[in-house]
Amino acid sequence: MEKKTGAQILIESLLKENVEVVFGLPGGQALPIFDAMHGSKLNFILARHEQAASHMADGYARSTGKPGVCIVTSGPGATNIVTGLANAYMDSVPMVAISGQVATSVIGQDAFQEADTIGITRPVTKHNFLVKDVKDLARTIKEAFYIATTGRPGPVLVDIPVDVQRGVCEFIYPDKVEIRSYKPNYNGHIGQIKKAAEVINKSKYPVFYIGTGVVISNAEDEILELSKKADIPVTNTLLAIGAYPCDTNLSLGMLGMHGTYCANKAMQFADVIIAVGARFDDRCTGKVCDFARNAKIIHVDIDPTAISKIVDVDIPVVGDAKTVLKEMIGLVDKKDRKDWIKTVDSWKEEHPLSYERNDDKLHPQYVIEKISELTKGEAIITTEVGQHQMWSAQYYKAKHSRLFLSSGGLGTMGFGYPAAIGAKFGNPNKEVIAVAGDGSFQMNMQEMAVAVLNEVDVKVVILNNQYLGNVRQWQEMFYGKRYSHSCLAKRKECPKWCNTPNRHSCPVYVPDFVKWAESYGVLGIRVTEKKDVELALKKMLETKGSVVIDMWVEIEENVFPMVPSGASLDEMITRMNG
Amino acid sequence: MRHTVSVLVENKSGVLARISALFAARGFNIASLSVSETEDTAISKMTIVVKGNESILEQVTKQLNKLVDVIKVNDFNDVGYIERELALIKINAVNKTSRDEIIRLAGVFRAKIIDISQDSIVAEISGDESKLSAFMKAVLPYGVKETCKTGVSVLYRGNSGRVK
Repeated sequence: MEKKTGAQILIESLLKENVEVVFGLPGGQALPIFDAMHGSKLNFILARHEQAASHMADGYARSTGKPGVCIVTSGPGATNIVTGLANAYMDSVPMVAISGQVATSVIGQDAFQEADTIGITRPVTKHNFLVKDVKDLARTIKEAFYIATTGRPGPVLVDIPVDVQRGVCEFIYPDKVEIRSYKPNYNGHIGQIKKAAEVINKSKYPVFYIGTGVVISNAEDEILELSKKADIPVTNTLLAIGAYPCDTNLSLGMLGMHGTYCANKAMQFADVIIAVGARFDDRCTGKVCDFARNAKIIHVDIDPTAISKIVDVDIPVVGDAKTVLKEMIGLVDKKDRKDWIKTVDSWKEEHPLSYERNDDKLHPQYVIEKISELTKGEAIITTEVGQHQMWSAQYYKAKHSRLFLSSGGLGTMGFGYPAAIGAKFGNPNKEVIAVAGDGSFQMNMQEMAVAVLNEVDVKVVILNNQYLGNVRQWQEMFYGKRYSHSCLAKRKECPKWCNTPNRHSCPVYVPDFVKWAESYGVLGIRVTEKKDVELALKKMLETKGSVVIDMWVEIEENVFPMVPSGASLDEMITRMNG
Repeated sequence: MRHTVSVLVENKSGVLARISALFAARGFNIASLSVSETEDTAISKMTIVVKGNESILEQVTKQLNKLVDVIKVNDFNDVGYIERELALIKINAVNKTSRDEIIRLAGVFRAKIIDISQDSIVAEISGDESKLSAFMKAVLPYGVKETCKTGVSVLYRGNSGRVK
C-alpha cells in the first residue's frame, strides 16, 4: 500500500469525514499540514486571528449541526483558540481543533512556540489527544470526530507534533471506531420514562423547560407534539430560541435573568417542571434555593453529570431527548389544562415584553423588531454578548432552530461576527446577520477581511451606545451609577468620572464604523434616527456583499425585565422606577 | 465524609492528570492515591481516598465516569470491601529498652521489623486506616523520624460489586 506523511493522512482523513470547510491560520509547527493542503480538495479559510477561526468553526457547527473544524499552529496559535474551545464546550458544540506542536524530541524543553496545549486545553475540551506516533493519527482523527459528535457533543483537540506530521506510514482510515471507555447512552430507562409520564399526567401546572439538547437531538417536533397533546406551556433557554414556535399560544418565550415575565412566573408556580436538554444554568434559575419551590422536577438529559448538579431532580431520565420524548408521547395522557393556560395568558398580558414604542427615539429593541419583521424570522442571527444579545433574544422571532446563534454559557464577546462568517459558509443560501454591540464588535472585527476576500455575504448591525452597555446597566442599577471604565468614547479630555453621556457633547467616537467598513470596500451606513432604520435595513438586505450599519441607539437604554444576579425569579424587575 | 473511589482507566499518559484535575477543580484534597497496572496491562487502576461533602462527591463520581479514558468507577461505601495500606515507619530507638519495646509493639500489631540501625528501627505494617493510625499512635512517644505510605488498595469481598 502507498505510504503517506502524517500531514497528508490528516488532510485525507478530514476529507473522509466530509469536512466542507476548515478555518485557521498557519505557523511554523503546522507547515507540513499546510503544505499537504496545497493542491488538495480541502476548503481552507484563512482567518485573521485564531480565536476568530475557532468561533467560525463554532458558528458553522451551530448553524448546520455538523462538526466545525479549525487548524492552528503550536504555542500562541493553540492558546488563542482556548476561548473558542471553552465557548464550544460550555454550549455543547461539536468541534474538532487541530494544533501543530513542536517535535516530540523537544517537547518539554521550552522550544520556540511551545506550549503545553494538552494541559491548557484539558479543562475546556470534551477530550484531547497528543499524537506521538504517525501510525496512531488516522485512528485518532476518527475518534476525535466520533467523540465530538456523539453523546453530549463538544470540542475535541488533536495536538500533532511536527515530526509526526512529517512521519510516514500506510494510510488506513477506519470506518468506525469503538472506544470501550466511551459509550453514550441514548435510550432512556423505560421505568423512569413511565414514572415521569405518571407525574405529568397527575400534574395541574406543568411546564416544559427546553434547552440546547432539544436542538442537538432534533427533538423539536416531539416537544411540539407532546406539549400540544397535554396542553403544557413551554419556555426555552437562550440557546433553544427557535426550537419551539414562538407564535403558538403555549410558548412562554425565554426564561431567566432577562426572560419573559410569564416564563419566570410559570416556572415559579409550576407543580411539575420537565427539563429537556437544559442544565439549570444560574442565568435561568436565579437564586437556586428559591427556584420552583413547588415543582417536582423531571430532567431528561444525555449527560448524567447535568442531573442534580444544581437543582435536586426528582425523576432523572438519562438519554437522548428525541428518543425519550418519543417514548413519552405514548404514555402521556391527552389533556386540556384550560385554567392553567388561562393563568399563563393572564401573565402574558400583565407584562408583555415592552419598550417605549411611541416616541421618536432610536430604541435598540425597535431595530431588532424590524430585522425580525423584514427577514420574517428566517435569517440566521448571531450575536455578541451584552445588552444587544438580550434584546435580540427577546425581539427576534426565529422561525426555527439553528437560526439564533449566541454564546450562552461562556458569554464570549467577539463570538458573533466570526460565528456569522462560519454560519454563512455552512448556509450560503441563508441571510446571515451579526447583531453586535459597539464594544464586542471591536473584539473580532478584523475578520471582515475574511468576509470580503471570500465574498461571504455577512451583514453587521451594530447597536452603538458607546458603552459596554451591560456593564453600564449594572453600574447604573447596582453600583450607584458609577460608570467605571465602561464608556468607549472616553478620552483624556473627559472628566475623570462621568455618568452623563451625551452624543452632542461627548468626544467623537472611534472608530468611525462607516469609514472603517469602507476601507474594506464594504458599504457602511450610519443611522441616527428612528425614521431611517427601516430604509437602512432594507438597503442592507438588498445589497449583495457585506454591509455594516452603525445604529446610534439610545445610550442609556436598559434591558428589562431583569432578575438581579443572586435574586430569585420572583424578584423580577419589569421596568426601571421613574 | 471519607470516600474510597476506585477508577479503572486506560493505561495512557495524561490520564492521572485528567483525574486529579477533576478533584482539584472542585477544591478536594486527595488524601491518598495509588495507581498501578492491573492484570490487563492496557488498564490501570487508581484508588483514591477523599474527604468531602456527599453531593459534591457524587458529582465528582459522575464527572469521572464522563471522562473518555475512564472505563469504570466504583465508590466503595455501601458494600463490603477490604482495604489495605502499607506503611514504612522509621522510629527512634537509641537504647536497648526502647528497641525491645518497639519490637514487642510491632509484634502486637503484626508489623515487621525490616531494618535496625544504631539509633533507629524501620517497621513495615499493612492494614486498614484505623490499624495503621493505632500503630502510629503507639510508636509516636519514641519519636517517629520518617514515614512513607503506599496509598490505599481496595477490593470488594466475594462477588459483591464485581468489576466486569
